[in-house]
Amino acid sequence: MRLRTAITGLSAAALTAAGLTLSAAAQEITVATTAIVEHPALDAARDGVRDELAAAGFVEGKNLRFLYESAQGNPATAAQIARKFVGEAPNVIVPISTPSAQAVVSATDDIPVVFTAVTDPVGAKLVGDPMMPGGNVTGMSDLSPIGKHLDLIKQISPDAKSVGVPFNPGEANSVTLMELIKKEAPARGLTVIEAPATKSSEVLGAAQSLIGKADVIYVPTDNTIVSAFEAVVKVGIDNQVPVYAGDTDSVPRGAIAAVGFNYYDIGRQTGKMVVRVLKGEAPGTIPVEGVEITELYVNPGMAEKMGVTIPDSLVAKAKEVVQ
Amino acid sequence: MNLVSFLGAIEIGFVYGLVALGVYLSFRILNFPDLTVDGSFPLGAAVAATLIIAGVDPYLATGLAVVAGMLAGLVTAILNLRFGILHLLASILTMIALYSVNLRIMGRPNLALITEPTVLTPFEGLGLSGLYLKPIFGAAVIAVVAVMIGWFLITEYGLGMRATGANPRMARAQGIATAKVTATGMALSNGMVALGGALFAQMNGFADITIGTGTIVVGLAAVIAGEAIFRVRGVIMAVAACIFGSIVYRLAIAFALNADYLGLTSADLNLVTAVLVALALILPGARNPFKAMLARRNAGSGGGGGA
Repeated sequence: MRLRTAITGLSAAALTAAGLTLSAAAQEITVATTAIVEHPALDAARDGVRDELAAAGFVEGKNLRFLYESAQGNPATAAQIARKFVGEAPNVIVPISTPSAQAVVSATDDIPVVFTAVTDPVGAKLVGDPMMPGGNVTGMSDLSPIGKHLDLIKQISPDAKSVGVPFNPGEANSVTLMELIKKEAPARGLTVIEAPATKSSEVLGAAQSLIGKADVIYVPTDNTIVSAFEAVVKVGIDNQVPVYAGDTDSVPRGAIAAVGFNYYDIGRQTGKMVVRVLKGEAPGTIPVEGVEITELYVNPGMAEKMGVTIPDSLVAKAKEVVQ
Repeated sequence: MNLVSFLGAIEIGFVYGLVALGVYLSFRILNFPDLTVDGSFPLGAAVAATLIIAGVDPYLATGLAVVAGMLAGLVTAILNLRFGILHLLASILTMIALYSVNLRIMGRPNLALITEPTVLTPFEGLGLSGLYLKPIFGAAVIAVVAVMIGWFLITEYGLGMRATGANPRMARAQGIATAKVTATGMALSNGMVALGGALFAQMNGFADITIGTGTIVVGLAAVIAGEAIFRVRGVIMAVAACIFGSIVYRLAIAFALNADYLGLTSADLNLVTAVLVALALILPGARNPFKAMLARRNAGSGGGGGA
């Protein structure tokens, strides 16, 4: 009896689902965005996309339906969100972050996809050839300019021989960055000391483990470490070890300096790619882009607290001087 | 809810139905609360993805993923049975250890399978789009597993396992080697969970270190929701209820994702899902006082109705 009710219910749901799909033919442009978690950086990327679309004449509420779903950190939910969007057949899907992008790309072969905030799109198998992606997928990478970051460290702390890097070995982005740091550091006379932390409660311990071993600390764009950035700063002040960051948002929070980008600008740059697709270009013909805008932020007060001085020439070049 | 998201919910429901069956075996049959599944689900994904990328046949890779899951279940069982660590703690130890093991196996936190062959590859030439192929494949796999588990639980050995969970002292008195039986059950349970992980990775194009988080909650929710809706008596029906419960859970999420018109956003997703599952739990129970009242009136005594 209960079984029969259940089956009837299910088939009714199936019929409704099919019916809804048929009636969903929209007149306006639909752009569907999705991220693996809600997080200030990823949210900023989404807002950047929306604002760039508006700048190009695609205005929400007028001629644009702008959808957003967060998977709340759950990849199975990310897979379900991908299906939901594919079923709604938007003009473009914009997945933000690696797992969201993989879920979307494996769910559709024809709806245009412009991914963003993916560090290593080739490693994530989103595209084969970044110069000529082919198919329905293109997007942009948020890979940090690690070389520039290390150069900055050497400019402010020229005597540094070793750099300590707290990172989460469970974050795909961070592992890619770590590989790059290890590749770039020797040329600048730096040895790399890893300090793994798998959750934010472990960040303090990871930073402390670097004391006595590392001359400077560099925090890459790692969600776990950045979310507990103050813990690293405290260790830096207490032990007179300068702390550098890979993102400019961390400078007001206590990093001495960063040459970085912000995710809002990444969103704007992604939005430009989305507009190209909306205007008829095939995603497969648009090369994958890297971050264009990198700006210098400095925090001289914090530098003093950590026992170093930022050269005046650098302060003069900074886009923002945190007081 | 559109057709694609409906079929997606069905497909993912079938995959997590394997998790539900595993949780049913440990939690209900063996009375062993087992958090190993949060580690054995990504373990299955990690083993399958790593082997497939190394060029191993997807079917062999999936089989080895199941074996890896069984070993994980055995570790928990041994920690508990041989060394006397409380079952909950034993399973937590295995689970956190598996996080590192999974990272080691994959070599990085995320492996992509989008362009690799998978268990679905042989069927892609049949002219069926992935939209239908994936749920049909999921249904076929879980049908086979469910029949095997159903059959297993009514064999003499399976009866022994049920007795072990229900009353270990009585089972031992009947000559059942309860430790061995529990270890076997834990291995089977985590083997099924790992199969779920291996299939999830292949159907969705990636294995990620984070895919295990909350697996136990999903599995338990499916088992309990299935039982609540079916009001299960026998084991065969219980097995069917697990799968059905898993699909109900996924449809609840798909519904929550589509509840924008109620003013809900994706931030409310977990709340909506929790409320739906709680309702599935509360509603059947809510009838009981009423039933008890009727029974009392009819019998003229305060006996109370059964659950």
